[in-house]
Amino acid sequence: MAKEKTPEQLVKYFKDKFKTKIKSAKIVKKKAGLKKNETSSIWMKIDKSIFKDTVKHLVDYQYPHLAVVSGNDLGKTIELIYHFSVNFGTRLNAINLNISVEIPKTKPEIETICDWIPGALVTEREKQEMLGVKIIGIPDTRKLFLPDDWPDGIYPWRRDKTGPEKYYKNLHEVKK
Amino acid sequence: MSDNTTTKSTYHVPVGPIHPALKEPVYFEFELSGEEIVDVDVKLGHVHRAVEWASRKRNPVQILYLAERICGICSYCHPVAFSLAVEDAAEIEVPERANYLRVIQGELERICSHVLWAGVAAHEIGFDTVLYLTWEIREKALDLTEFLTGNRVTKGITMVGGVRRDITKDMLPRIQKDLKYLKEAYQKLAHVFLDDKTFKLRSQNCGILTKEDAMRLCAVGPTTRASGVKKDVRVDISYFAYGDLDIDYITPDQLTGSVNGDVYDRIITRLLEVKQSIDLIEQAIDKMPAGEIVAEPKLAKLLAQLKKVEGEGVGLHEAPRGEVIHYVKMVGKDAPYTWKVRAPTYNNILPWIPMLKGEQIADIPIVAASTDPCMSCTNRVAIVNKKKRYELTGEDLHKLSVEKTRRMMQ
Repeated sequence: MAKEKTPEQLVKYFKDKFKTKIKSAKIVKKKAGLKKNETSSIWMKIDKSIFKDTVKHLVDYQYPHLAVVSGNDLGKTIELIYHFSVNFGTRLNAINLNISVEIPKTKPEIETICDWIPGALVTEREKQEMLGVKIIGIPDTRKLFLPDDWPDGIYPWRRDKTGPEKYYKNLHEVKK
Repeated sequence: MSDNTTTKSTYHVPVGPIHPALKEPVYFEFELSGEEIVDVDVKLGHVHRAVEWASRKRNPVQILYLAERICGICSYCHPVAFSLAVEDAAEIEVPERANYLRVIQGELERICSHVLWAGVAAHEIGFDTVLYLTWEIREKALDLTEFLTGNRVTKGITMVGGVRRDITKDMLPRIQKDLKYLKEAYQKLAHVFLDDKTFKLRSQNCGILTKEDAMRLCAVGPTTRASGVKKDVRVDISYFAYGDLDIDYITPDQLTGSVNGDVYDRIITRLLEVKQSIDLIEQAIDKMPAGEIVAEPKLAKLLAQLKKVEGEGVGLHEAPRGEVIHYVKMVGKDAPYTWKVRAPTYNNILPWIPMLKGEQIADIPIVAASTDPCMSCTNRVAIVNKKKRYELTGEDLHKLSVEKTRRMMQ
């Protein structure tokens, strides 16, 4: 395991490595308690092309904990946010690392990270069915939460015409 | 079942969706060779209630009550993680006293949850007297919860920017009396679980999760700590008042000197955490400063403030079963644009697979139960073997487990 980095060093490391492919990075520090101990969160927006490499670098730096992947339908694009934590294992040292990737709705594809982090499978399967993102190379393509007879091309988290609108508005028709 | 699976000498046993060891329906499909589990597949979603969708037309304060109803046992963790996420997005400073009160509520919930789990784990292996012992203790913890919040289960204690009820000086004697009771009860529990032969027989070297698997499969909470991974949100980061308190990672080697990652280690981890929680409540009461308990007491003003917020936030909290994370994106409207809830069990699904592989059918209840304190009595197993199909009821499965305990005792 490499030497532990501070949030600033971690951001610098990725910026040096990937230059302009890191679209933005901000560090948020929050104090809590009487002793005012700080917790750092990094919010980093990256280009899709370096996504897999970023995760690889992270795994090489220190095996991260992937909490979950959350997603937003932003109109023309879909944003996926990978919530990692690194530097855990010693007191008050962990950093929340939120890596955001935007992918176009015309080609909603992203590589799987299951080969580095097998625990990502559950959340990747969820993104596939809920947001209609195609996870390339995912070892298990089945649905996770949705029933097997869920109609194709309807994604509950989408906010466009592929969203679930007509299903809850006309429930009596669907249920026939 | 197709013919080619039966020619292989293994057969499939579906367990669930109403499952022997979980309140929430989950469907397991086991591939068995004789009594031994060769492979496991897990299917979810039987109670996906789309709470996140229901939040789209609610404001953050209304969502608190929705979040509270995600889980009966974690009815404090979810609203508080949601509050943390909103406070992160809206940059709200929580008053110090509220931070300490939040610790007390969180730890009390952990005691209730872990003690409940200990009872059901005992029931699963046929040790029902311990079930009654633990639930008697849990009643006291629930009474204390009711005393502090007004309710036993859905507490309605959380508010964005603080908590809704203070702990006043005249309440302290009652709290101290109950804590004293819980401490004595802990000694009794520790004696039963750690010194009794039956527990060791059934739980040692059973349902092993290695440290590597725990890391790779992103396990959380006591499940991962019992495998030796030092991961506890309360220790990792500074939130609420945990940064001020004396707290460390609980791993089973503190008691036994080694980490095996089996069911026994998960029992030890949870038991030690009950003791740690009592200690944390005492520390929090000692160190709690005077002051406000909520950042903005006027609800209309708070909602007006939240309505203007544009940004995103993450709330992390260590629930009894592990790390809970909520993500919120606000876009200057009444309702948040996105709300993502991730409960600890979500991450503890995949670790079930390495735990159950190689175990026996009679171990399914205790191994499945060992990651999670929620369990149910209504269950059913259908066994499909060479076109013959027969069903095992929950009672049958429970009987199998009890018989195994008896066999091992002889």
